Amino acid sequence: MEMQEKVIKIVSDATKVEAGNIKGETNFVDDLNLDSLDMVEMMMKMEEEFGVEIPEDKTEELKTINDVTNFLKSNAN
Amino acid sequence: MTPTYSDLENKIVLVTGASRGIGNTIAKALASQKAHVVFNYRGDETKAAALKEELEACGASKVSALNFDITDYDKMKESIDAFIKENGNISGLVNNAGISKDQLVMRVKSEDIDSILDVNLKATMMLTNHLSRNFLRAKDVSVVNMSSIVGLMGNVSQSVYAASKAGLIGYTKSFAKELASRKIRCNAVCPGFISTQMTDELSDKAREEYQKSIPMGDFGSSEDVANLTLFLLSQASRYITGEVIKVDGGLYI
Repeated sequence: MEMQEKVIKIVSDATKVEAGNIKGETNFVDDLNLDSLDMVEMMMKMEEEFGVEIPEDKTEELKTINDVTNFLKSNAN
Repeated sequence: MTPTYSDLENKIVLVTGASRGIGNTIAKALASQKAHVVFNYRGDETKAAALKEELEACGASKVSALNFDITDYDKMKESIDAFIKENGNISGLVNNAGISKDQLVMRVKSEDIDSILDVNLKATMMLTNHLSRNFLRAKDVSVVNMSSIVGLMGNVSQSVYAASKAGLIGYTKSFAKELASRKIRCNAVCPGFISTQMTDELSDKAREEYQKSIPMGDFGSSEDVANLTLFLLSQASRYITGEVIKVDGGLYI
């Protein structure tokens, strides 16, 4: 499974939004109605899944699925 | 009389300031409930080993002693993270460590304010905030902050201490509000006059004066505070959060 697909699956499982309705440009706050605490939890899930640390101050910059995928790709070991 | 809270068995609970006074009684009470008691200590290995042994003898399912000063944030984080990696998530926290230096307002020095606020308020917030990610992963989380009756009513010669304890109440309520949606609870306990080494040293006259001001007529015991703390840590209080509860024999009614 590609990283983007994995990210979408994690988001889909957590938000109960169908994976088919989540695209690269889907925005966590505007499209999925996540609040800041939801975002912290979402990033914790990403950290656990991909073994990549996402610093707290970075979380605010990760607004879309693409943002997260790109961050994970460029920081993966 | 102390009830048994079955859900405290094996619960991992960190108690700060467990070496003496109320914190020590709370740690022992948790041990009697078969909890996994975790405490921090500053350097003295012999004393820490003795406390560990004492808590094991009380019935703790496990006892862990972590070597860090709560105002040394880097060491605190390192120690806590290593503990969690090895033992799993901490689901109970008793922020009990505190210091006091009684003096009139005109004699309070800037460094006295710094040291009291650092230990009583900032260190509590740093520790609790650091643990908040762990709390999101844990189940049945309960944080108990040891405030004080003087945080509610003020006291002569305790302006800084009272400010720190009042600050804890604001922190307690904010933390409770912020994390309530994740079923993470946080409450504050406000002991009144509690029998400790310090009150034992009072003169008979001073003791009588204090007792007269307490509607129930006598000092409380550290067990009275521990009993409430056990209840708040247990799921018996699952619907209680952001609350401030006095253990003061009616002193501040």
